[in-house]
Amino acid sequence: MKRGLFLPVVSIFGFLFLYVPIVSLVIFSFNKSKLVTVWGGWSTKWYGELLNDPQILGAAWISLKIGVVSATLATVLGTIAAMVLTRFGRVRGRGLLTGMVTAPLVMPEVITGLSLLLLFVAMEASFGWPAGRGMLTIIIAHTTFCMAYVAVVVQSRLTDMDDAIEEAAADLGARPVRVFFDITLPMIAPALISGWLLSFTLSLDDLVIASFVSGPGASTLPMVIFSKVRLGVTPEINALATLIVVVVAVGISISWFFMRKRVKT
Amino acid sequence: MAEPSLAADAKPWRDAAAKPFIRIKNITKKFGDFTAVDDVSLDIYKGELFCLLGGSGCGKSTLLRMLAGFETPTSGTIEIDGQDVASVAAFNRPTNMMFQSYALFPHMSVEKNVAYGLLREGVPKPEAMVRVADMLRLVKLDGFAKRKPHQLSGGQQQRVALARSLIKQPKLLLLDEPLGALDKKLREETQFELIRIQETLGVTFIVVTHDQEEAMTLSTRIGVMNDGKIVQVGEPPQIYEDPCSKYVADFIGSVNMFEGIVDAGVPDTLRIKSLEAGTELLVEPPQGLKIGQPVSVAIRPERIMLTREKPESPNVVYGEVEEVAYLGNVSTYRVKLENGKTLKVTKSNRLHDEEPIMWDEKVYLSWSKAAGIVLTE
Repeated sequence: MKRGLFLPVVSIFGFLFLYVPIVSLVIFSFNKSKLVTVWGGWSTKWYGELLNDPQILGAAWISLKIGVVSATLATVLGTIAAMVLTRFGRVRGRGLLTGMVTAPLVMPEVITGLSLLLLFVAMEASFGWPAGRGMLTIIIAHTTFCMAYVAVVVQSRLTDMDDAIEEAAADLGARPVRVFFDITLPMIAPALISGWLLSFTLSLDDLVIASFVSGPGASTLPMVIFSKVRLGVTPEINALATLIVVVVAVGISISWFFMRKRVKT
Repeated sequence: MAEPSLAADAKPWRDAAAKPFIRIKNITKKFGDFTAVDDVSLDIYKGELFCLLGGSGCGKSTLLRMLAGFETPTSGTIEIDGQDVASVAAFNRPTNMMFQSYALFPHMSVEKNVAYGLLREGVPKPEAMVRVADMLRLVKLDGFAKRKPHQLSGGQQQRVALARSLIKQPKLLLLDEPLGALDKKLREETQFELIRIQETLGVTFIVVTHDQEEAMTLSTRIGVMNDGKIVQVGEPPQIYEDPCSKYVADFIGSVNMFEGIVDAGVPDTLRIKSLEAGTELLVEPPQGLKIGQPVSVAIRPERIMLTREKPESPNVVYGEVEEVAYLGNVSTYRVKLENGKTLKVTKSNRLHDEEPIMWDEKVYLSWSKAAGIVLTE
């Protein structure tokens, strides 16, 4: 029985290590007391206060817009990249291209952020677009690094797919564009949904890149939280963090569900 | 067998004046340095059920894919019904293909899978649905129209794939290992089903297979391929009885092979000296052999007689039974000759009264002059 107990014990410790901080955060978000570390009974007042804070609500709205737009753009571009990498066979330099598409996954965020900032400044100086930094530049930046994630997810899906299915559609008289929309797209749809949700979550989470490329008036939620925390953690932040944990957890679960679900053949 | 014009009955390939339906001329396909199909020329006639037979990697599937338009030949031309199809893309060719993996659209119902080709052609939906229903009846799948592919068995999926590839009434249907994924019993039933459908619709079929039994059952003619080349084309009995090379003789059915040297012949008989046989082999003389030329003599296992007493026969050898396998309708024997060579012999189990020859018995093996096939390649 010793051997039987070892694995459960280790995994329980592992999970405790991972989730105790989050659980305590959630519990303290219901703390009545204004002092973060002192328990003063249950209350939901910090959630109410949160909803009356225009700064946080505004930032959440900006983050949401940036998340939706950049996740959508990243999904489109990432899918195209994945199609090129898997379908157009032995193109010269394909290995290099694959590496380049996935490089942003391992690139330190500081470098991505800084290089994009330099690019935007240079672009504005040479042809005036994008004028200033704000939501647009954050969207471009997020699209860039989320695209890499989408490309990886969609690519693995495309590789799993039997080429003969697309050939069969062509054989039955469907032109390439038709084949893509009738056959390929429905078959890779779970990967697209999963890629979109992953991108959305990443965009919502990102602090470093956004701090580099944002400008006045375009503070995302993580940026607002970060600046507030520097003045001291308030229970209000705990409440907000709890909400974010919920949103992210739901997003990741749905994305995981779609990735796992395979089209049966 | 309603139509008298069936290629299986008319045998147009025997008529030098008949016009071929598909003309493959000097087709070569290279993938980098590798030559998958090497200078193949082939004529196939309307209504034929032609089998391309060969081991894996012999180029048969590549040839099929070039007919479908999925691969472009490196050189050579393909004509289908008088039209050069070199510049015609896959989606415009008058051919349809049935894939080895079936390649059914997993997100569409059986009905939508089968209707897909018609709808792309611009057939109005109500008409398309009527034709789909007819086709599903032909392949005995009525009642399965609304199912998704993954809810069907392998045999049913195979028939959906067949229905989908036939719905556009192609001039030419290409089948890539159509029965490969079915179990033996289902495969045998489906073979006859395929022939029935082919004869009902009169479509020309080209079937790729590695299974020689399947090729024998299905085809009007067989093209045996090896190393990217067509090594022999002929009707099934011709390929079996009169193979043109050792490769073909060995690939189709099983065979006993003797190496030997042509010795002098008397009229009607050719003597071949063979150390492997330990005796002289007497065969009916083929044309164009020189004395001293090395040849191989192939003898089919079912052409050899096993007896306990020495028979009166032009070819007699003596040996000991090493193994007996009872297969129901036939028994196969492995008999070791005095010089160590082992021969395969098949004996049909028709007679019950006879005491069967068993392990370790000494037996005479004999065969007629006509049984030996002389091969020079």
